[in-house]
Amino acid sequence: MSKFRIERAPAPMWVRPLIPFIAIPVTFLLTSALVLAAGANPLEAYYHFLISPLSNSYSAIEVLVKSTPLLLTGAAVAFAFNAGYWNIGAEGQLYAGAIMATFIGITLNNVSPFVGIPAMIVGGFVAGMLWALVPALLKVKLNIDEVVTTLLLNSVVLFVTSFLLNGAWRDPISMWPQSPEIDPGTVFIKLIPRTRLHLGFLLALVVIVIEWFVLTRTSFGLKMRAIGYSREGARFAGIKVNRTMLTVALVSGGIAGLAGAGEVAGIHFHLIDALSDGLGYSGIVIATLGGLNPFGVGLAALFVGLIDTGAQSVSRALGVPVYLGDVVQSTLLLVTLSLFLLNNYRIRKVEA
Amino acid sequence: MSTPAVIFIVGFLAATLRVATPLIYGTLGELFCERAGILNLGIEGTMFLGAFVGFAVGYHSGSLWLGVAIAAVAGMVSGLLMSLLAVRFGVNQHVAGLGITMLWTGVSLFSFRLIFGESKVQPSVDPFPQISLFGDTPIIGTIFTQYLLTYIGILLVPLVWWIINRTRFGLQIRAVGENPEAADAAGLNVYAIRTYALMIGGALMAVGGAFLSLASVGAFTFGIVAGRGWVCIALIIFANWRAISVLWGALIFGGVQALQLRLQTLGLKLPYELFLSLPYLVTILALSIAGRNAAAPSALLKPYRRE
Repeated sequence: MSKFRIERAPAPMWVRPLIPFIAIPVTFLLTSALVLAAGANPLEAYYHFLISPLSNSYSAIEVLVKSTPLLLTGAAVAFAFNAGYWNIGAEGQLYAGAIMATFIGITLNNVSPFVGIPAMIVGGFVAGMLWALVPALLKVKLNIDEVVTTLLLNSVVLFVTSFLLNGAWRDPISMWPQSPEIDPGTVFIKLIPRTRLHLGFLLALVVIVIEWFVLTRTSFGLKMRAIGYSREGARFAGIKVNRTMLTVALVSGGIAGLAGAGEVAGIHFHLIDALSDGLGYSGIVIATLGGLNPFGVGLAALFVGLIDTGAQSVSRALGVPVYLGDVVQSTLLLVTLSLFLLNNYRIRKVEA
Repeated sequence: MSTPAVIFIVGFLAATLRVATPLIYGTLGELFCERAGILNLGIEGTMFLGAFVGFAVGYHSGSLWLGVAIAAVAGMVSGLLMSLLAVRFGVNQHVAGLGITMLWTGVSLFSFRLIFGESKVQPSVDPFPQISLFGDTPIIGTIFTQYLLTYIGILLVPLVWWIINRTRFGLQIRAVGENPEAADAAGLNVYAIRTYALMIGGALMAVGGAFLSLASVGAFTFGIVAGRGWVCIALIIFANWRAISVLWGALIFGGVQALQLRLQTLGLKLPYELFLSLPYLVTILALSIAGRNAAAPSALLKPYRRE
């Protein structure tokens, strides 16, 4: 007769990628309580959540549209987390990118797309880097916790945004708190005509591939991961920890800034207060779900994009409040986070 | 001094106390968590949950105090969830806390829609009355016409100081926050003490949220907390993890906001958004000057595992 024993030891390699797939049904089980409270059938609700957005090409493309900024914020957060730099500021860096893109878009006039679009991309990236600069410098120069500083700057950038929208950039025609429209030459081209899918999606995929390459195929990526694993160990091995960390922090901010530029140049065409509404925080969810692996992040972003789109279809079809999507997203994060602990255990067969 | 100036200053001081109240509750709550070694970024969501639960219960039962009490219970549940994740499972505290904030924000918005529907008229309650401590005495009478929850909040500051610094339980909290291994070796149950600290902390945060919906606003709006939880995270650093300093910090932060509101009502064209971002910038500046925040509990952010 044989028995099974659970012991503390690293689980087999194949367990880790499976965890998000176990987490999904657990999450749906937990959140079905809310669906029942709303008087709907959970199975029907989850059909609308997961299947109906993919059942026609318009809403399937809409999933990709929703995923576009998420791919970028997820990639931004995952990049920083890989090096043990806890960038909680993707939300703020996204807005910084959006503000800069708006500035470029309303300043340039009748510009050729060959100039306008690269300007938006570079501008968004640089602004995200700049917004990430102060916390990064404080971290490497004074060893000040980046979590608090990046988090606080998220609130500051919202005030800057509403300062601009209520002042200098208030739409002179409608008087709404939104900026004037950006120049047509700075608008991201559509990937598929008559949909909202824009160049930003392609850009996000390129970023994901580059990030994967840097992390796994370059010595810089090796250094990053060494620092993430043990800062002291990396320092002992002769890695320039501070310089690497600074670069990582800035690039992470830059990628988040791209997400903001994309939302302005591809979706809204002007700056609004509610441009993001948590895309940066969702990036933390996505980075965690994806196990900090760029391709995992890609899948996680598509899945969260599906949930976001699905929440609207559940709401339309069954009258369940649309906020169910937020609950599912955060529950999925907490469940995945807990299940990753399975990594530390191994089930062993013992002969009795 | 001319009368308008006096009226302005008195009104400003009274408003400062009002604005500081939720910050006092929230920061004292966070203080319990952090002194026990847990950075609880669930604070923003827990305050939001408290604001929602307090309002929903107050609205339907007709008793605002019952609303405050149930909000506190909801806050304890939130603390318990954080404990499950950060203490029992030992997962990354930043991510767990942000996840909890997202969860309670989503749950509150979802439940609000479910209970109150999408009516055009914002449901509201008659908020708590303000209590005048010194009757019609000029100046002081006006400044100390406040909600009972404000007075309780101010009294909580020395009480929390006393609990943390002068009681056995406080000593245990500090022990598990500074050196959990040693605390365990001395026979303390690290998990249990951290859990209690998180539950007390959660209750305080939620009452801070309930103050917003049941006293200052009298309704539950989606932007009701609006980053106050993050202000508390900043305040705790500003206060160097000391209970008494929390009061001064909250009053300074509250004062900046109250001044901004007062100046706005005077019709002065000020970039009030820049005013509002001052507390955050000042905190970052304070952090940079104080440098390596030496007063932070040594075991903050470090999960404890019993081998």
